[in-house]
Amino acid sequence: MTTIKEKKHHDFLTGNTDFEVRSLDAESVNESALNDSGWSFFKYLVAGILFGVILVKSEVISWFRIQEMFRLQSFHMFGVIGSAVVVGIISVWLIKKFKLKTIHGEPIELMNKKFHNGTIYGGLLFGFGWAITGACPGPLFAQIGTGATVIIVTLLSAIAGTWVYGRVKSHLPH
Amino acid sequence: MNIIDWLSRPWPWYVAGPLIGLMVPALLLMGNKTFGISSSLRHICAACIPSKIPFFQYDWKKEAWNLFFVGGVLLGGLLVVLLLQNPQPVQVNPKLAAELSGYGISNYNGMVPIELFNWNTLLSAKGLIMMVGGGFLVGFGTRYAGGCTSGHAIMGLSNLQWPSLVATISFMAGGFLVANFVLPYILNL
Repeated sequence: MTTIKEKKHHDFLTGNTDFEVRSLDAESVNESALNDSGWSFFKYLVAGILFGVILVKSEVISWFRIQEMFRLQSFHMFGVIGSAVVVGIISVWLIKKFKLKTIHGEPIELMNKKFHNGTIYGGLLFGFGWAITGACPGPLFAQIGTGATVIIVTLLSAIAGTWVYGRVKSHLPH
Repeated sequence: MNIIDWLSRPWPWYVAGPLIGLMVPALLLMGNKTFGISSSLRHICAACIPSKIPFFQYDWKKEAWNLFFVGGVLLGGLLVVLLLQNPQPVQVNPKLAAELSGYGISNYNGMVPIELFNWNTLLSAKGLIMMVGGGFLVGFGTRYAGGCTSGHAIMGLSNLQWPSLVATISFMAGGFLVANFVLPYILNL
C-alpha cells in the first residue's frame, strides 16, 4: 500500500531532473523533499562532531595508520572499514526490510550508484593521494581540527582538484 | 579509572568500525541523507567558485547539511584535543617505525608527522608534492570516482553497490602502489 506521503516523495524523486543530473556523479544527493533550515541543521553538526571524534580516537586519520594499512603491517584499518561495512549492510537491510521512515515521516529510498570507467581512474588517483596525504576528505577536516593547521592548504588543494575535475570533466574518459 | 581516561585511550577497531557503520542509518533516519564526505568539496566549489561550469550549477543550499556535517567533523577533532587527547604517541608497527626513521621521521605525537607536514616545509619540493599535490589528487580523484572512503567504501558497500566495490578496490590498489613504490622517492627528496 502506498501512502500519499510515499507517492509525493516518489514523485519528487522522479520529477526532480536536477536530482537526476547530479546523481550521475555525486555520491551525496539530497533525497528529501523537505528543506532543511535552522535547527534541523544542528543534528547534522552533532552527527559530524561524533564522526570526527570517532575518526580521531580510532586513529584512522593518522598518516602513520594509513602507511601501515598500505604496507599490510596492521589489521587496524581493515578491521575498522570491514566492521563499519558489516554494520552498514545490516542497517540498510533492516531499513529496507521494515520500510523504515525518517524522523520526519518520509520513506527512505536509496539510489543505485552508476558505474563508469572514471570509477577506476578516479579511484586510483584518489588512492595515490590517500597514500601521500594519509587522508581522505573527512580526515582532512578532522586533522585540521586537531591543530594541524597546515592541512588547510591540503584541503584547499583538494577543493581545487574538485573544481578542476568539474572544469575538464567533458574531456575525460568516463 | 574515570570515564575520560578510558575514552582518551585509542579506540580499538571493533569499537570504532561499528560506530562509523552506524553513521549510515543515523543520517538516513535523520532526513534521507546518504553518508558521504567528498561531495562537501563540490558544494564548496558550487557555493564559492561555480564559474559557470555546468558541474557546479545546482542548488547547493539543498546540500547544506553536508557542510554542517564536515564542520562538525572539524569540531570533533578539536574536541578530542581539548578533552580526550591520548597522552601517548601513536603506536605503530616497528617495521614502519624503522623505515620512517630512515627518512628522519621520529615524532609520533600528531595525526600527521610534523617533520613532513608543517608551514616551513610547505614550499619545499617534498612539501609541495605531499600537501598541495596530494590534496589535489584527493579532490580530483574522489570526484572522478564519484565518492571517497565514506561515500563508496562505507555507504556504497552498505547498499551492496558493485560500482562502489570497484571504487574501493581502486582506492586500495592506488594507495598500495604509491605507498610502497613511489612514496619512498618522495620522502627521500
